[in-house]
Amino acid sequence: MHELSICLSLLREVERAARGRSVTEITLAVGPLSGVEPQQLKRAFAVARAGTIAKDAELICRMRPVCFACSACGQEVEAPLDALSCPSCGDWQVRLRSGDKLLLESVTLADGVEKANL
Amino acid sequence: MCEQCGCSLTHERMQLSDDKGIVSSTPADPHAIAVITNILRENDELAAHNRSHLGAHGVLAINLMSSPGSGKTSLIESTIDAIGGRLRIAVIEGDIETENDAARVRAKGVPAVQITTGQTCHLDAHMVHQALHRLDLHAVDLLFIENVGNLVCPASFDLGQHANVTLLSVTEGDDKPVKYPAMFRISDLVLLAKCDLLPVLDDFDPDKARAHVRALANPAPILEVSARRPESLLRWIAWLEERRASLGELSSRNPHAMPPG
Repeated sequence: MHELSICLSLLREVERAARGRSVTEITLAVGPLSGVEPQQLKRAFAVARAGTIAKDAELICRMRPVCFACSACGQEVEAPLDALSCPSCGDWQVRLRSGDKLLLESVTLADGVEKANL
Repeated sequence: MCEQCGCSLTHERMQLSDDKGIVSSTPADPHAIAVITNILRENDELAAHNRSHLGAHGVLAINLMSSPGSGKTSLIESTIDAIGGRLRIAVIEGDIETENDAARVRAKGVPAVQITTGQTCHLDAHMVHQALHRLDLHAVDLLFIENVGNLVCPASFDLGQHANVTLLSVTEGDDKPVKYPAMFRISDLVLLAKCDLLPVLDDFDPDKARAHVRALANPAPILEVSARRPESLLRWIAWLEERRASLGELSSRNPHAMPPG
């Protein structure tokens, strides 16, 4: 259910970036710890985009890994989201580097031929 | 490369970025617009406004989250009794339907605003902003925002609170933290609720629940409480009073940031 709220926020940001021009593609960076499920987001987007400048747009969700650095031994690792302890030394005092954000990365306009290469 | 500061942008694009995070089209790619922006920017900006408004009035705001039926409203009722007159309390109640919870809180002589979300599964900063206008913040020291009972969606929406408190009742599984990592990772305090029932339950181990919270790299204190046992609330009340006393340094903090490691 909250995916629909997120889609409505997303569309406001897309409209702001595209300044009223039609959009064919929207690319997001999704961190697993943002609490958003890409498949649900895409289903909600298919409803939310109706009547907007993104009515024909495809939503692309690029998953970003959960990465953290261990405060004890300094190791930087990619981890599953339910096991954020350091695999080397076992310490749980780690600093998250990525994986908790939900970002709009790029939009492609209808008269474009390429999408942004980030 | 990380996704938090926009450093995945090329140097060229970074230079083109304006202060709103919008990056101008490059000559080589005239129809694409690179944007590095938080999708929930509007919500988060309004949440920051709420937080600063609350802080300016000296109000500590607690976002109380849990699954349905884990005892959020009962805990608020017992907390009101236990605090007595030491802090002036107000409550914002979030539910899909009914004024029932607000009525329970008002019966304790405490102002309460009920938000009925219709079918929406979480509170957001806008709903809380509207509710704040119905409270006299000059007469409040401590505000409980009781979120919709749900361990999933509320985790994604900053309301403007100073701290997230998540209840895990002992009639639920002790592995709830790892089943719902987004929520338990952002909790500043975890309360194991209904602990008076522990003697008759053989399938909830408080130590396992603690280990599951630590597996999320969350250093939050984990307290055992029971709304039916006032003596079990002492450390919870002390935590609230300490937070209220240090409100100045809390006000500028984003509670959704990773806990310090």
